[in-house]
Amino acid sequence: MSEPMTAGADGGIAAIAEAPLQGMITLRGDLSDDTIRAAVKSATGQKVPERGMINTADGVGVCWMSPDELLILCAHGDVPDKLHQLQESLSRVHALAVNVSDARAGFILSGPHARDVLAKLCPVDLAPDRFAFGQLRRTRLAQVPAAFWMLGEDRFHLICFRSQKQYVSDVLTVSAQPGSAVNVWSKTISGT
Amino acid sequence: MLILTCPVCGVTAEETEFHGGGEAHLTRHGPGSSDDDFEDYLFMRENPRGVHFERWRHVYGCGKWFHAARCTTTLEVFGTYPAQTTEPPKDLRAKISKKRPGWTWKDLA
Ligand SMILES: [Zn+2]
Repeated sequence: MSEPMTAGADGGIAAIAEAPLQGMITLRGDLSDDTIRAAVKSATGQKVPERGMINTADGVGVCWMSPDELLILCAHGDVPDKLHQLQESLSRVHALAVNVSDARAGFILSGPHARDVLAKLCPVDLAPDRFAFGQLRRTRLAQVPAAFWMLGEDRFHLICFRSQKQYVSDVLTVSAQPGSAVNVWSKTISGT
Repeated sequence: MLILTCPVCGVTAEETEFHGGGEAHLTRHGPGSSDDDFEDYLFMRENPRGVHFERWRHVYGCGKWFHAARCTTTLEVFGTYPAQTTEPPKDLRAKISKKRPGWTWKDLA
């Protein structure tokens, strides 16, 4: 863990803030297995998401990461209990649950240009009808891996490896620097 | 720039989200094989002008391997298909035949 950092320049086209500490558990296994699906449901209150999607409510949720990998989101302090609960209920199936909370850092991007700030850095079709609330995208952000999803209109939660936090913060700051609006997707969102 | 669709997670992105893994459908020759087979397996690769089959990995995404069929001259991607196969699916080969009549690749046509 480390001190929260601030990012983004004054007058930037989107607000960039480090996300508060986020509990994260990687769960690997056969996602069609009933025991695993039930364990996810009881740990998060959410169903295993469809391919490429995220199911969350009140900061607790599940991300679909690959056909055999989920990322469970919860309060940072709840991880030990949830992990214990998962490991108990999955003791008889081939599965792996690991606390990765402190392996990753997170950022919240917000504002009408947030979509464009990401679009400048990632090879992702960020048209509002192609990437919307409920989807999760793992991709390349400039030179490093990252994943993001939407928290609401004009608000994105982005995660990256913690060792690359400074780089991601710097590159987001450049992408959002004052005067750098490109108005590609922001037009459709903000109507400006 | 290639635009690839990962058949595992369904994501479509340009090639920088992926990593090329070289020629597809190699037959592995290991200990006990003839020197010629082993040499072919290690060193001899197709270098076609036109239809080509390759392995790719969705390295910045779901992390999984898959296969892609593409044209090396136009960069047109004919299709992608799962890694768990030893040859391109029939429907993909038929689609390629429509676009590139008379194509050949190793012993495929
Ligand atoms: Zn993929």
